[in-house]
Amino acid sequence: HRLSVMYLFAEFDDAANLLAANPDATTISIDEPVEIPENQHSRLQEPGREEDDELLGTDDSDKTELLAGQKKSAPFWTFEYYQTFFDVDTYQVLDRIKGSVFPVPGKNFVRLYIRSNPDLYGPFWICATLVFTIAVSGNLSNFFIHLGKPTYHYVPEFRKVSIAATTIYAYAWLVPLALWGFLMWRNSKVMNIVSYSFLEIVCVYGYSLFIYIPTAILWIIPQKVVRWVLVVFSLCLSGSVLVMTFWPAVRDDNRRIAVATVATILLLHALLSVGCLAYFFDAPELDIPAPIIPAHNGTTVVTKSH
Amino acid sequence: FPGLADVSISQDIPVEGEITVPVGSHSPDEDYSTLDEPVKDTIMRDLKAVGKKFVHVMYPRKSSALLRDWDLWGPLVLCVSLALMLQGGSADSKDDGGPQFAEVFVIIWFGAVVITLNSKLLGGTISFFQSLCVLGYCVMPLTVAMVVCRLVLLASAGTISFIIRLIVVGAMFGWSTLASTAFLADSQPPNRKALVVYPIFLFYFVISWMILTFTPQ
Repeated sequence: HRLSVMYLFAEFDDAANLLAANPDATTISIDEPVEIPENQHSRLQEPGREEDDELLGTDDSDKTELLAGQKKSAPFWTFEYYQTFFDVDTYQVLDRIKGSVFPVPGKNFVRLYIRSNPDLYGPFWICATLVFTIAVSGNLSNFFIHLGKPTYHYVPEFRKVSIAATTIYAYAWLVPLALWGFLMWRNSKVMNIVSYSFLEIVCVYGYSLFIYIPTAILWIIPQKVVRWVLVVFSLCLSGSVLVMTFWPAVRDDNRRIAVATVATILLLHALLSVGCLAYFFDAPELDIPAPIIPAHNGTTVVTKSH
Repeated sequence: FPGLADVSISQDIPVEGEITVPVGSHSPDEDYSTLDEPVKDTIMRDLKAVGKKFVHVMYPRKSSALLRDWDLWGPLVLCVSLALMLQGGSADSKDDGGPQFAEVFVIIWFGAVVITLNSKLLGGTISFFQSLCVLGYCVMPLTVAMVVCRLVLLASAGTISFIIRLIVVGAMFGWSTLASTAFLADSQPPNRKALVVYPIFLFYFVISWMILTFTPQ
C-alpha cells in the first residue's frame, strides 16, 4: 500500500514537471495531494522544489485528513454550520500560533497546520487582542514619554480603541477577500496546482498577525531604533509566513504577476505595521538643543529636552 | 349499499365511556395567582432573587441557582452604574477622554454576547441568557473597585493613590475572572476550556483598564 502511494506521488511530481515545461497544456489541477510520511518523501525530493514540502505531515493522525472531507455539510442558516468553523482544540490553536511565530523555511502554513480545518476562533480573538494591546500600549507609551513634563495631563484616549478596531478588523477581512478574489480570477486563466479557500486565507492572515501582539507591547520602549528594529523583525517573521503560503499559489502564473502579488501582500503588511506605530505611539522626544536662555545671574544655560 | 341492509343498530345501546382531559396539578401559588398579590410582594420577590445572586458572586461556590434562574436585572444595574461612574473624566478635547456612556454600555453587552456566542460555538452546553447572566453579575467586583477608585481619587491623585487603585483594581479583576470561570467552566468540553476562559479574561481586563485609567477633572 505504501509503495503504491509513493508511485502515485512520483507520477504527480512528473505531471507537475510536465506542466512547468509546457504551460499551455491542459491538465486537471489536483487540490489535495496525497500525504505520505516524511522519510519516504525525502528520497523523492527534487532539488529546487522545496515548495512542494507542503505535503509534509506532522505527527497528527491520518484520521483528521479522512474526516476532513465530511465537514461543513449543514445548511448555512443553522447554528451547526458555524460550529464547524470553531472545531479546534486548545492544543491545535497553540500549534497554529507557534507555526506563525516560528516559520520553518519550506513548510506551508496552510498545509501543515490548517489541513482543511480552518477556524475562525484564532483570527477573531487574535485581532481582538491586538486591538486592545495596541490601544493600551500606545496609551502607556505616551504616558511614559510625556511623564516629566509639567504641562502634561494624562488622558485615556479611548477614541483610539474604535479606530484600532476598525483598522485591524478591516485588514484581517478585506485584504483576504481581495486576495481570494484575485487568486480565483487568476485561477480561471492559469491552472494553478495550489488554491486556497477564502477561510484558509483568513486563517493565515489572522494567525500571522499574532507576532504583532508582543511587538506592540515592546513598542512601549521609547527608543526609535528599538521600535524600527521590532518593525523589521516582526515583518520578516509574519511576512515570511505569508510569502511561503502564497508563493506556491501564484508561482505557476506569469512571472511578473506572481512577483507583484507577493510584493503587494508584503507591502500591505508593512503598511499596517508602520501605520500603527506612527498613529498610536507618539514619537520619543528627539535631542534638540533648545535655544540659549540667559539665566538671571548672567550665565547662559542650554537646556536639552530628552 | 346492499351488504349493509342486514346490519341493524339497536337504537338503545348506550354509548358510554370516559373522557378525561389531563389538567395540570394546581400548585399552591396557582390557587392564589400572582396577579392579585400586592405589588410590594412582586418587587420583593425579584429583588430577593437578584440579591441572592449578588451574594453568590461574592462567595463563588458552584451553585446551580445562579445558572438556573437567570435574570438580567443585576447586570443592567451594574452596567448602568459603572457607565455612570466612568463619566466625568477630564479631557482637553472630546477625542482624548475616557469612554462615553454608550461606549461602556456597548463594550459590556456586546462583549458578553460575543463571549457567549464563542463558548456556544466551541461546543458549550450553557444557554445563551444563562451565560449573559453570569458574565453580567461577575462585573460586580469591578463596580466595587470603581467606587473605591472614585473615593480614593477624591482624597488625592498622586502616585500613592495610583498604587492603591492598581492593587484594588487588580484584585477585583482577578476575583471577577475567577468567579465567572467557576460558574462557566464546567459547561465546556474539557479540551477547549482555555479557549473559552481566555476571552473572559480579555473582557474583564478591558473593563479593568477603563476603570484604572479614569482620571477626574
